[in-house]
This record gives sequence, structure tokens and C-alpha cells, in this order.
Amino acid sequence: MSKEKFDYFIKGEKGKYEVVIGLEVHAQVLSKSKLFSGSSTKFGADPNNQVSLIDSAFPGMLPVINEECIKQAVRTGLGLNAKINNHSVFDRKNYFYADLPQGYQISQYKNPIVGEGKVLLDMPYGSKEIGIERLHLEQDAGKSIHDMDPSNTYVDLNRSGIALMEIVSKPDLRSPDEVNAYIKKLRSIMKYLGTCDGNMQEGSLRADVNVSVRKEGDKNFGTRCEIKNVNSIKFMQMAIEYEAARQVELIESGKEIDQETRLFDTKKNETRSMRSKEDAHDYRYFPDPDLLPLKLEQKLIDGLKKSLPELPDKKKERFVKEYGLNAYEANVLVSEKEISEYYEEVAKLSDKKLAATWMMGDLFAMLNDKGLDISKSPISAKHFAELVQAIKSGEISGRIAKEVFEIMVESGDNPKKIIESKGMKQQSDPKELQKMINEILSKNKDKVDQYKAGKEKLFGFFVGQVMKLSGGKANPQLTNEILKKLLKG
Amino acid sequence: MSLDKEKIKHVAKLARISVDEAKVESLTKDLNSIFKFIEQLNELNTDKVEPLTSILNHSLRSRKDEISDGKIREKILKNSPKANEEFFVVPKVVE
Repeated sequence: MSKEKFDYFIKGEKGKYEVVIGLEVHAQVLSKSKLFSGSSTKFGADPNNQVSLIDSAFPGMLPVINEECIKQAVRTGLGLNAKINNHSVFDRKNYFYADLPQGYQISQYKNPIVGEGKVLLDMPYGSKEIGIERLHLEQDAGKSIHDMDPSNTYVDLNRSGIALMEIVSKPDLRSPDEVNAYIKKLRSIMKYLGTCDGNMQEGSLRADVNVSVRKEGDKNFGTRCEIKNVNSIKFMQMAIEYEAARQVELIESGKEIDQETRLFDTKKNETRSMRSKEDAHDYRYFPDPDLLPLKLEQKLIDGLKKSLPELPDKKKERFVKEYGLNAYEANVLVSEKEISEYYEEVAKLSDKKLAATWMMGDLFAMLNDKGLDISKSPISAKHFAELVQAIKSGEISGRIAKEVFEIMVESGDNPKKIIESKGMKQQSDPKELQKMINEILSKNKDKVDQYKAGKEKLFGFFVGQVMKLSGGKANPQLTNEILKKLLKG
Repeated sequence: MSLDKEKIKHVAKLARISVDEAKVESLTKDLNSIFKFIEQLNELNTDKVEPLTSILNHSLRSRKDEISDGKIREKILKNSPKANEEFFVVPKVVE
């Protein structure tokens, strides 16, 4: 694969501008109960039914931390190759909002549970390392619903108090494509670890996007704006494109960029200032007096490290070594845990390379078409492996395999049964083929003479005739061999 | 550190405390004298001292990840100044 060159710049009238992006990703921790209370975290429950007196901030309630949430944060930190801090502190971040009954969010400010780490991205122009600044634990807020009543806002506190990991990247991202790759990689790592389900539709993964621009080659960062709470990769990319263009326009017309919080309006495809957040940066953090500092024993961290599953980067290396895949194939097949598991099951039972090709071709196209995840695939890994083996052994041709594949999708039957019941087996008996080919040649004497006189293009015509007569079942390689032999004679 | 009247008003606003304009003057004076007293602590050099977040020499107590609470909506909504059967109801807040 030839390497493309990185070339994402905003072209202004006075030159090219580089876009500098940093992300604060909020990932919902996978746990049964909330960070500081015993209420359920299950998505989609009746409003305010998963709320305790702690989550709704009744006076005198004391938060007690969920040990699984601590472990999940440590696992994620380890998956990001990050430093785990043995000592961390929970702080109160103070602000007023209707869906924050405490009047503060319990978060971590100066001493987060996880420190610096890194994530590797595979870009068309090579691999790129994105620095992680920190990861900390914090509470999610409740949900405000604005469209159920014309003059009031409804508040549902089911989400209030669910554990979030805020993962802060360094300002190392340079384009919407890199943001896409970064979010997907983070999501993939967390899904492998089982620390976040990564479901963006349900809000399990959302991000604040920091954007600034600077003239190409400039060493200093420009003034940045923060776009709050964007909940899909596509919207992040659209928001960045809009925001970068806006900032370039301001600079070129000699205006200043205000450092401010903005929001992305998905209907108008624009970002705009959030005036209400003007005072909000005055959060008056202080250590939460209800919570002691969190001390992590090195033994606990080491134990979690030992029990980590194989992560995508390692798995990719292994797929290249063990299955003989190229880097591109390995990358695609490890991108999601479920995909990698499906592939390994198929590869164990069939040709490893051919399995990869057919998975990335026909299987992915079909899943994409139907909007299905691989875990919902109408074709089981076992059946898929049988199909791959049928191709490999020459039992059916690639062309017939596509037909078998279609029938497998429709019926859920195993390929052996389909091939047998529909008589789709490839014709690989040399005697039978020779008989058929002789028949064709004697019917087309004129063309045979032309071929012998030098019109070699006609070879394709003969192959076509054989395929037609055999209903596409003639073994292509064998057909070629026999045709060549007979045409010579 | 000293506080002027504007700062007092700002802090009051952040804390959602209503402060009578007539009282701002005396509040400023009082708070500044408290600050002056506290600032004596700055005479000590604390460059090499870790900030103290708790005087107890314990670690954080934790609990198992089990669902043990919730499903008390009626109780939760009972003290709300305004609510319907399912939600807290607050004045419209839209960006």
C-alpha cells in the first residue's frame, strides 16, 4: 500500500491553516450500580425509577464508592498504556443546573486516578501516536427534557450519579479523520476491556471537542474554543469543520477569537456561543469532605494488569504473524472485538487468508447492507468456515460461492446442504469437462480455426461457452488447462 | 488576597445567595478581615508539603457493585416544589 500524505488544512486567503484538536471523551463505565450509590445503571428504565436518596441529593446522605468502577477505570488506564496513580482525590466541581441536584459534581481535579498514556492510530499516511493527558472518574448528571411541555423542563435523574470516565487527550489531533480514528480506537479498546459499551446512540460515549487553528508551520497554539457534548463521530467532524473555518475567517479579517464554550447545532450545522456558560468556568473545585483520598495498592493494579484481555494492537500483531494476514487486513479484523472473535473461529476451521478475504468482502458488505452487527450475523462462523473450505477445496467456484452465500443469508442453512440440494458442486472431473469442451469445439469449428490462425482473444469466448453449458459450475482452472491442451492439438 | 464589592457580588451569584445591596459594604469589610487573619498562614513556607485532603489516616471505604437502591420514585418526587407523576418539573431551561 503506498502511503498518502497528510493534507488536511483550511485554506484561507492569506495561507494554509493547521487545525489543532483535543478531545475530552466521556465514557460511561460498565457497572451494575452507580458510582456512589446502589441504584441501577440500566438504560431505558421508567423516569426517576433508578434514583436513590443519594442521587437526588437528599440532606445527610453519604456517598460510598463502587469498587468495580475503580477497577474499570484502572483497567482502562492500563489499556491506554497510562500511568496509574496510587493516590487520587475526589473533588467537588460546583455549578447550578436543574439536572444536578447536589449543586456540584463529584469529579477529580488535581489528582486523577490515571495519568499520562498513549493511543496508536493507523492512518493512511502511517501510524500516529496520540497522547493521553489523564483519565478521571466523575458522576454523570441527570437528563433535562425540553420537548414534553411548552413552558417547563422535565428532569429525569436516572442517569444522575452513573460513573463516567473522562479521558482527556493532548492536543495531538489534526483532522476530522484523525478524530474519527481516535474515537473508534478508544471505543474498541474499551469494548475489548469490557469497561464501556461504547454505545453512542444511548450516550455511553460523548465528547467535548477543543478546536483551534494556526498558520501552517506555527509553533504556538491559537486560541481554542470548546464545543460541548457532541454525541456522534459525524457531528464531531462537522462541528470541527465548521469551527475551524469560522476561526480562520475571524483571523483573516483581523478579529480576535474569544476563548469560549460553544454548542453544535445539528440542525443548522453550525456552532454557537453558550452564553449561559460564561460564569461556569468558575467551578470552585475543592476536595470533597465526604470522601477520603483513594489509595490503590500496587498489588491490585498488578493483578488487574495480569487479567487484561489481549488488546487490538497486540492482536493485530498476532494476526499478521499467526494467520499470515497483511497489516490492512489485520487492522480491519481486530477493529472490533466481536469481529476478531468471529474471524478467529472461522480461521480455526478453514483457510486463514481466504477467510479474511471473504469476510472483508461479501460478509461485511451484507452486514452493512442489512445494518447488522457481526454478533447478529445470519451466517454463523461455523457455516461461514464451511463455505470458505468449499471454495478452498475446489468443491465450488468463487462465482457459485456468491450464490451459496446469498442462500445462506436467506435460509440460515449450512453450505453443504445448499450445495448438494441445488446441485451446485463444481465440475472438477477432467473426463466430464473434456467431453463438454470437445462438444463445444466441434460446434464452433470456424472459431477454432480463427483461434489457431492467431486470434487468441477467442479463448475467453470458449471459456464463456463452457461456463454457460455447465451452469457456471465448471472448475475455471481445470477448464483453462483442458481448453489450452485441446486447442493446441 | 482582598475582595472588592464586585467580587463579593460575583461569589454571591455563583452560590445563588441573594445579597442586599446595602449589606455589600459591610460584608466586604468583614470578609476581608477574615482573609487577613487566614493569610497569616502564608508566612509559613509550604513548598515541600503535600496538600492535606483529610486528617484521617484511612483509605476510602468502598462497596460491592450491587443494585441495592432505587425504585422509590414517589419518595424522591415528594419534596419537589413541582413535579408530575414521573418527573421533576422546573422552569424552561433551553440553550
